[in-house]
Amino acid sequence: MENRPAVIKTKNSGDTLINRFSTWRELGIVLVIFFLMIAITLRSPVFLTVANFEDILMAIALTVIVACGQMMTIIIRGIDLSVSSIIGLVAMMVGLFIRDKMDFPIGLTLIMGIGLGILFGAINGGLITLGKLPPLIATLATMSIYRGMVVVFSKGQWVDTYRIADNFLQLTRMPILGIRALIWYAMGVTVIIALMLKYSRLGRQIYALGSNPAAADIAGISKNKITFIVFLLSGTLAGFAGVLWGSRYGSVTNETGVGFELQTVAACVVGGVSVLGGSGNILGVVLGSWLLGIIGNALTISNINPFWRLTINGILIIFAVVFDTMIYRRLGKE
Amino acid sequence: MEKNNETKSKITNTLKLLTKWEIQLVIIILILVIIGSNISPFFLDVKNQVRNSKNLIEIALMALPMTFIIITGNIDLSVANLLLMSAVVMAKLFENGIPMGWAFAGALLAGTLGGLLNGILVGIVRLPALVATLGTYTLFRGLGFSLLKDFTVKGFPDWFNFLGQGKFLDTDIPIQVVIFIFFAILFGLLLHRTTLGRYIYVIGQNEDACRYSGVPVDGVKILIFTLSGFMSALAGMILAARYASVDADIATGYELTVITAVVLGGVLTTGGTGTMPGVVLSLILLSEVRLLMNLLNTKGPIQQIAFGFLLIMAILVPRQIDRIRSKRRLKSLERKITETESTI
Repeated sequence: MENRPAVIKTKNSGDTLINRFSTWRELGIVLVIFFLMIAITLRSPVFLTVANFEDILMAIALTVIVACGQMMTIIIRGIDLSVSSIIGLVAMMVGLFIRDKMDFPIGLTLIMGIGLGILFGAINGGLITLGKLPPLIATLATMSIYRGMVVVFSKGQWVDTYRIADNFLQLTRMPILGIRALIWYAMGVTVIIALMLKYSRLGRQIYALGSNPAAADIAGISKNKITFIVFLLSGTLAGFAGVLWGSRYGSVTNETGVGFELQTVAACVVGGVSVLGGSGNILGVVLGSWLLGIIGNALTISNINPFWRLTINGILIIFAVVFDTMIYRRLGKE
Repeated sequence: MEKNNETKSKITNTLKLLTKWEIQLVIIILILVIIGSNISPFFLDVKNQVRNSKNLIEIALMALPMTFIIITGNIDLSVANLLLMSAVVMAKLFENGIPMGWAFAGALLAGTLGGLLNGILVGIVRLPALVATLGTYTLFRGLGFSLLKDFTVKGFPDWFNFLGQGKFLDTDIPIQVVIFIFFAILFGLLLHRTTLGRYIYVIGQNEDACRYSGVPVDGVKILIFTLSGFMSALAGMILAARYASVDADIATGYELTVITAVVLGGVLTTGGTGTMPGVVLSLILLSEVRLLMNLLNTKGPIQQIAFGFLLIMAILVPRQIDRIRSKRRLKSLERKITETESTI
């Protein structure tokens, strides 16, 4: 039980490499990524350079961080739509604070962001567990409330790069061992969450609750407790990402993060996290974000008319999901 | 004795009626009207009410098919972007010299086809609705943006603008309110009086059982998503006519207001329950709240916060009442049991 991966439907027909490969949940998306990367490289060779890969990683780092939390909410059959508004609110609060207090220790802003994220996540969790609201509704409501609070809090001010402390901007931009800090943060988050999901009791309980709530209940897993923790974690990661957002882009407006919730859900879904609950893992989420990232990057570097980018993005996302589902189903039926 | 029982059952019947969400919505609306008329003398002004009634019609038109979709346990996130795409198709056709009538028809067709695509992804490819419409969400907004770029199209013929600005016959009632009433009755009848309506409810309650008993689950899904596409396109036409122009960022975020309206109307996202009158009442409530806040000069963000709270309260309050009631029932049952035990 402990060693079984979070992949559903593993078959016992021999343990050969081919068999293992064909039951691998991420096969579909890896194939999509592989062919897409070949296609992009053929069109614009710039794609396959280290500098470009770092660009892509910088672009997807925030998505990955927030999608890790989003994935856990989806595994337990929920969804967290409020992450975008939490990012906006935290970025605005911390951004305005650091703008006015230039000499504030920068490291502490991350703690502030996490603290605020915990608070907002706890409100979500409370509404869902104590108030018994469906996650979709609860986070739809708080998404609207937190976004309203951004505007109330900012009173029409905004944060911009020129009036913000440079060391705050360096929080995500400074290179550590040749790789910019933001990428390290994202890697740290993915490793911690992946280990937590795989080896900790909480992680196993999350999967148990998602794949069979009734059985989990009988096994003595408290649904309310796990649900609360998951939404708390999702809020926390969103709060963390909020500070990084402010540092990465250097500007915060009332619209910061709008639509980002769907981006994170898309990363999870493309990465094979089932919205029916119980399955999905960090590797899938990273691959999903990577796929979205290379699509965005390819559309920029291959001189496609900017007005058509969103359309092509949409078509590719639908294609990736349909292709992945088809492959997964074919494998399941064999 | 019998009479006593009769009055008792009458009282319990009225009490039962009071626990219905639709009745509670009516009471909330009445309270709001009383408060509103006390706070602002302009609230009960007929002109204000009439003028306000058309502001939410685009949302309302999309909420009708969304009710079907949510009752079946699905969701359509793409409605607002499909609205945009249809409006852009109309604007582009019109700009290229095609007669308005054909442009109008073309837009409705585009919307219907968009809805059909959703239906196929959900019904045939069997993607979860959230996933499918999240994909088309990007696609439809992208198409609208790609076709129109950052231009604005204006100068539609008068008969078209009449759809969004005109009055019904000699009355003061905006034409789109009449259109909405027509469709609300149509959708209400479809849901509560036809086989399709029964199918929609049973699919929401138990999809697997439906498949085994021969309910055309996939067909129903394709149909309701297509209907949703058509209504989004119609809403797009009315929005374009109301603004007398189309640009590429109209209707951003409308899908969430549509879902809010449907959920506030007592439709559970878990599927299987909800009524059309409930959704219509919740639309009236939202429209009145908006009018009152506009009269009080409340700014957009505060309205946003208020809508969020309203949504939470809409589910929290009835559920708490339910919980208290079931606890009371349990207690009275326990008392009866101990009484009978003691007599034994």
